[in-house]
Amino acid sequence: MSARLLSPESDPIRPDQPQPLTLTLDGDELTGVTGQTIAGIVLAAGRLSWRRTSVRAQPRGLFCGIGVCFDCIVTVNGERDVRACQRRAQPGDVITTQHDDVPEVIE
Amino acid sequence: MSGAVPRDNRMDGVLRPDVLIIGAGPAGLAAARAALRRGASVTLLDAADSLGGQYWRHLPETRRAAREEILHHGWATYRRLVCELRDAPRCEIILGAQVWALESGRRGDGETTESTDRQDPRDGTAIASPAPSVPLTVHALIGPPDGTGRKPRTIQPRTLVLATGAHDRTLPFPGWDLPGVFTAGAAQAYAKGERVAVGRRVVVAGAGPFLLPVASSLVSTGATVLGVYEASTPRQMIRGWLSKPWQLAGAAHKSGELAGYIRGQLRHRVPYRTGYAVVAAHGEDRVAAVTVARVDAQWAPIPGTARRIEADAVCVSHGFTPRLELAIAAGCALSPDRFVVVDADQRTSVPGVFAAGEITRIGGVDAALAEGELAGHAAAGGCSADAAVVTARRSATVFTGFAARIEAAHGIQPGWTAWLTEDTIVCRCEEVTYGRFCSTLAATGGPSLRSLRMTTRAGLGVCQARVCGRTVEDLLIGEPTVGVAEVDIDHTRISLPAPVPVAVSDRRPITTPVRLAELAAMPPSPSARPSVPSARPSVPSAAPSVPSAAPSVPSAAPSVPSGSTPRRSDPTPRSPTGPSGQPATST
Ligand SMILES: Cc1cc2nc3c(=O)[nH]c(=O)nc-3n(C[C@H](O)[C@H](O)[C@H](O)COP(=O)(O)OP(=O)(O)OC[C@H]3O[C@@H](n4cnc5c(N)ncnc54)[C@H](O)[C@@H]3O)c2cc1C
Ligand code: FES
Repeated sequence: MSARLLSPESDPIRPDQPQPLTLTLDGDELTGVTGQTIAGIVLAAGRLSWRRTSVRAQPRGLFCGIGVCFDCIVTVNGERDVRACQRRAQPGDVITTQHDDVPEVIE
Repeated sequence: MSGAVPRDNRMDGVLRPDVLIIGAGPAGLAAARAALRRGASVTLLDAADSLGGQYWRHLPETRRAAREEILHHGWATYRRLVCELRDAPRCEIILGAQVWALESGRRGDGETTESTDRQDPRDGTAIASPAPSVPLTVHALIGPPDGTGRKPRTIQPRTLVLATGAHDRTLPFPGWDLPGVFTAGAAQAYAKGERVAVGRRVVVAGAGPFLLPVASSLVSTGATVLGVYEASTPRQMIRGWLSKPWQLAGAAHKSGELAGYIRGQLRHRVPYRTGYAVVAAHGEDRVAAVTVARVDAQWAPIPGTARRIEADAVCVSHGFTPRLELAIAAGCALSPDRFVVVDADQRTSVPGVFAAGEITRIGGVDAALAEGELAGHAAAGGCSADAAVVTARRSATVFTGFAARIEAAHGIQPGWTAWLTEDTIVCRCEEVTYGRFCSTLAATGGPSLRSLRMTTRAGLGVCQARVCGRTVEDLLIGEPTVGVAEVDIDHTRISLPAPVPVAVSDRRPITTPVRLAELAAMPPSPSARPSVPSARPSVPSAAPSVPSAAPSVPSAAPSVPSGSTPRRSDPTPRSPTGPSGQPATST
């Protein structure tokens, strides 16, 4: 485990009790809090990566966190290439990870 | 909310406010308020779904907290700004609005607008409007980020204020592509925006005063910060911060804010080390440790000083890169060190277009607020000499010096390239290594950004070189040469001495990735269509083989329409004859 959501009980800003929200990532159920981004929920569930790169099949996840780098893209309810750090999760979202091979050359 | 906003008054779906502001960070919010106070109607757009920009990023409406202000500086200022805007009948705020194209009429469609004079609503006197003679047209997509069903919206304001801010710049180092390496901004955004700490045992590194609030936010989110490693040497920092200290008097509260962070670090026993850099991250599928080393005044690691630290996250930022794509699309002149050039009224070189905040210099929140106020005021017909903006004018001057000090104290030094290895990734999207970069450079026989990109594909990936662009330029150039730029603002010529890069990677015809299906669904624009149809390097959908991104392209985002081209669903556009890593040109 590494990243985590601070529990409201130990948070100095004294938040209200948050509303839980569940989504699935490649079939696994993950629970976060209403208003979180998809990346936030996945990270806090202990997963640091959710994509493999095209050339070297290296794992990638969150990097810039503000929509600039496109490292974090996932498929959301069938919509490809959604930046997980920008999209707020909706209850029941079906998230699938993406790996795209380098395209073959057709002469 | 909008009542008196002159929206869509020709029933053609086009919004026509007096002043359009893009970006709702400190600069954009201050601009909106100042324009409203002069009686203008205002539309304020931001791609995010809440106001505040990077500085005042906060929990969403659905998560309330009794004491959220303790995570922020100037929270009361933010609340006041938001209340004033939300209560103003002539202000329309559109969030979740990604601006993807902008036409300034500069490229000569010859059209002119109706008379741009208007009356001051308070006393009926005519306001000399700073509007351009050809319409500015802005195209936005409104809806969830990267969603397929976003609504297109066209806006033709009299004047435009660009306040698009900046993003972190992270220099590459071996292992920086491992999961668990984040920008410092990511750590900050997730701490403030979600109360998620990106790691448990975290190293913060890079350069600049920004590292301190990041460490502080991580601690307040339950992480243990193992150390803050600032690459600038104490000597560089003293030279930057302590020369002519009397000039800092007006910025005393800012220095106080920074001192407060340092005290906070001490209280939390976070070591703050200057003259140190993270030179490698280690791990299989995620970060398990980092190596830090002392660096010399040029930021080259000093042999024998490396030390390994076990950590599960490392947050690295070496400064900021302004988000210039809209300013460039508008045709605004840039300074040789690549910020938008503005005059005392925040006017850019394009009539009717103003700029404020981090796109004009990296000066922090106070500079952004002051510039925003001046820009909004001038965009609504005022001028910086007016009594109404005297405080903002003073503050803008004080913080000009502040920006120069940040650069002098923490600016990137060329020795950093000494920590790169052959297989360090330079371009994250296309996975181009430093070794390949160097061999291509040797083979192509000279520093040409174009040939280097075409051969290695560095900087042609899905992020459109936002992450690696400046790094690739620096690697190409080595030492920058000094030159002079001449800029014409409102018939006044300004000369600017500064380093001149031989290569520039900021140009992006489509300022943000859009899907072909969305382009296809656009209603015809009231003026000329945005000049983007060549579709490259628009991402995620368009590969170079797409004939045009104009509405004739069949939809089905984001895969490329079939034909003889390779069918690829990867968002990264690549040349069909030169897929990533295997260039068509042999080297
Ligand atoms: C992630 C991050 C966190 C930061 N946190 C701090 C901090 O805690 N303390 C500190 O002192 N400084 C911080 N900074 C530095 C910060 O940038 C400035 O202090 C301040 O926010 C600058 O204000 P601004 O109004 O110029 O820009 P910003 O606050 O960056 O606002 C720009 C806005 O423009 C919007 N925008 C950009 N392009 C488009 C487009 N095409 N369409 C629609 N909207 C667009 C963005 O969504 C953003 O909301 C941070 C920077 C980053 C990148
Ligand atoms: S993490 Fe960079 S775009 Fe999402």
